[in-house]
Amino acid sequence: MSMNRRQFLKIAGASTLLGLGGASALNALRGGELEASHVLTDEKALNAKRWAMVIDVSKFRTEEDYKRLTKACHSIHNVPDFGNPKDEIKWIWTDTYEHTFPSQPNEYIEEGIKNKPFVLLCNHCANPPCVRVCPTKATFKRKDGIVMMDQHRCIGCRFCMAACPFGARSFNYKDPRLALKKEEENREYPTRTIGVVEKCTFCFERLAKGLVPACVEASREAAKAAGGEPGMYFGDLDDPASEVRKILSTRYTIRRKPELGTDPSVFYVIGGEKNA
Amino acid sequence: MLEKALTGSRRYWTWVFFLLAMVGVGFVNYLYQFKNGLGITGMSRDVSWGLYIGQFTFLVGVAASAVMLVIPYYLHDFKKFGKIVILGEFLAVAAVTMCISFIFVDLGQPMRVLNVILHPTPNSILFWDMIVLNGYLFLNIVIGWMTLSSDRKGIKPPAWIKPLIYLSIPWAFSIHTVTAFLYAGLPGRHFWLSAIMAARFLASAFAGGPALLILLALIVRKLTKFDPGKEPIQAVGKIVTYAMIANVFFLGLEFFTAFYSQIPGHMHPFVYLYAGLEGHGKLVPLMWASSILAVVSLVLLIFPSLRRQEGILAAACVALFVSLWIDKGFGLVVGGFIPNPFEGIMEYWPTTRETLIALGVWALGFLVLTLLYKITVTVREETAGIEIEH
Amino acid sequence: MKLYGGGKIITGLIIFFFLVTFPFFLNIGKVNAKPEPKIDTPEIQKLAEKKCIEPKAFMRAEHMKLLNDWRDFAVRNGQRLYVNSEEKQFTISLQNTCMHCHSNKKKFCDECHNYMAVKPYCWSCHIAPKEKES
Repeated sequence: MSMNRRQFLKIAGASTLLGLGGASALNALRGGELEASHVLTDEKALNAKRWAMVIDVSKFRTEEDYKRLTKACHSIHNVPDFGNPKDEIKWIWTDTYEHTFPSQPNEYIEEGIKNKPFVLLCNHCANPPCVRVCPTKATFKRKDGIVMMDQHRCIGCRFCMAACPFGARSFNYKDPRLALKKEEENREYPTRTIGVVEKCTFCFERLAKGLVPACVEASREAAKAAGGEPGMYFGDLDDPASEVRKILSTRYTIRRKPELGTDPSVFYVIGGEKNA
Repeated sequence: MLEKALTGSRRYWTWVFFLLAMVGVGFVNYLYQFKNGLGITGMSRDVSWGLYIGQFTFLVGVAASAVMLVIPYYLHDFKKFGKIVILGEFLAVAAVTMCISFIFVDLGQPMRVLNVILHPTPNSILFWDMIVLNGYLFLNIVIGWMTLSSDRKGIKPPAWIKPLIYLSIPWAFSIHTVTAFLYAGLPGRHFWLSAIMAARFLASAFAGGPALLILLALIVRKLTKFDPGKEPIQAVGKIVTYAMIANVFFLGLEFFTAFYSQIPGHMHPFVYLYAGLEGHGKLVPLMWASSILAVVSLVLLIFPSLRRQEGILAAACVALFVSLWIDKGFGLVVGGFIPNPFEGIMEYWPTTRETLIALGVWALGFLVLTLLYKITVTVREETAGIEIEH
Repeated sequence: MKLYGGGKIITGLIIFFFLVTFPFFLNIGKVNAKPEPKIDTPEIQKLAEKKCIEPKAFMRAEHMKLLNDWRDFAVRNGQRLYVNSEEKQFTISLQNTCMHCHSNKKKFCDECHNYMAVKPYCWSCHIAPKEKES
């Protein structure tokens, strides 16, 4: 395809714009012939001002209930399992009360809580230190509150890992494909490459299609099968009518390390009573 | 002037080729890391920075220390530093070269390093660190080169160099302050979350850097006909003494706050480093070695009668340099990650390859230093007895 | 006229010449077939209208810029629907839209990329479609 001077200038100008602007640059790039092309958000997409999660560990009964969450998440996102803590990559996992809330130690706490595994994932903080320190905006905050990772842009400096007080981030010390079985890959989602940082994204790719995060769905399925209530709730913290707000207004919930001012969006219900 | 680095004795060339070989070994190992990822290092999900970033932090201090010669000479008219100020500036050039190399070898995706400039992010301290480090490198190359070539021609350096020299003073403070801010602004890392971090960094820098400079000046005197002079070396020795006292004092302040407040998060990293925590204590011998060497160096430095003997001064400087190297180049970074955010402990120790890469970067820095010092020494030998005021 | 140190200079020049022309020597005798990207995948055969998201000429020249834009729309702006100049909608996804039709990465992508000696790093993360025998 030959290109005349005018077209060339248009494209050159557009490339400059692309660095600065967003969607508007697309039209400039297309020039006259493709003027009509544009991008939209899917009508089915779930929207919120600030996505949040409530986790009620009392609703999880068996080890299987927890494994189901991790499996749902890690299998659809092609999270590798290297089988050693050094290279470990995890988006959602469990740990004890003591490790989850190290600033709330209580030797004599009720046995049920003491030995209960707590579900851990990225807190999608409202004031995220990881975003503050990232030198390339590879990790950034979306309008809906999700702390997102752009794997294309990450230079692997691991400043975000030092900044995250919740240990939510993992680094690809090795090629993740070494630990992924070809036949178990989710071919609709990418893997990561060597040398980038990754973490939970609140399933941004599922929200765009109108689906709730995979872990929430897994907990709903588990509840349905067992005939109980699910242990994970997901919704808009900004909407007083949302499911998460209803629980927050009726139950005692805590967050991890709130004293650090990061304002986490993941809440934990403490205590076992029924929902009011 | 560059040609002066191309002629030299057999000893000079042996040293240069030895350094080149070290750089080569480091480079081959780096290629292996480039292909296989940072998994070949001892770093982990919990201790995500290690030897590389530690060395970077330590060397920023060495680089900043040039200002300890620039201030007396240019601001206080302390003429005796006239001949060695250039040694400080060229040491800074070599040190910043190593700093930038250490950052580079630590990156998981080094090919994307220009993203820092393509997507400038002023809220990231790393962005500012890139600016101040490169600026400082540029300043010292220009200032060092211009003043030396003027000395060689026996003329006054151009007038425009003066503002750059004055600019280099606050700039030196900025590189180490910004490097301290990399750590001191992170919530949840109690060991680093300390307002005195930048001050402590500067104190250790102004002790460690000049100590290295004294050793280098003594080596230069021994190997060449250029004598940096007894008095300037003693004056630098005084600076080292005061800075080291300040550094140990600041470290003491950290201990007081952690242990008198009894806040577990603040105490844990110190306990881990100096006594071991829950049976994990890989760094304990190193940290104690650092403490003992610090005390030894202080004893040798504080008494003027001891310090005035150059052999003892040299021994004190070696002890001090090693002490600070362990404390800042290793303990400071690793200690910040232990225990992890879940109060768990994952220890760190560099692998052989990681160590060889780090040695390669050091060799690269010493190569730069050797070439620059060779030029300086040759010019000084040629112009012996001529004093040019800058 | 005498050339001082002539031996060294000429040796140096010869080494320089070979270094500079090394890529040419390396490729001597190698078949340099014109790349012919194939679009005969079963998925494309099934299409009623065999059309890409934008005209062929545009895609050929600008696909890399379009993909860059798509990446930012999907990952950074959360916009996942692309409406082309004919008002047709496509999901913004390399793996699920582009490679769904172009399921022959080797014959479609690599053919030209290898010829041009460019190595886009798309595939170190994005999973390439399973190559089918054709």
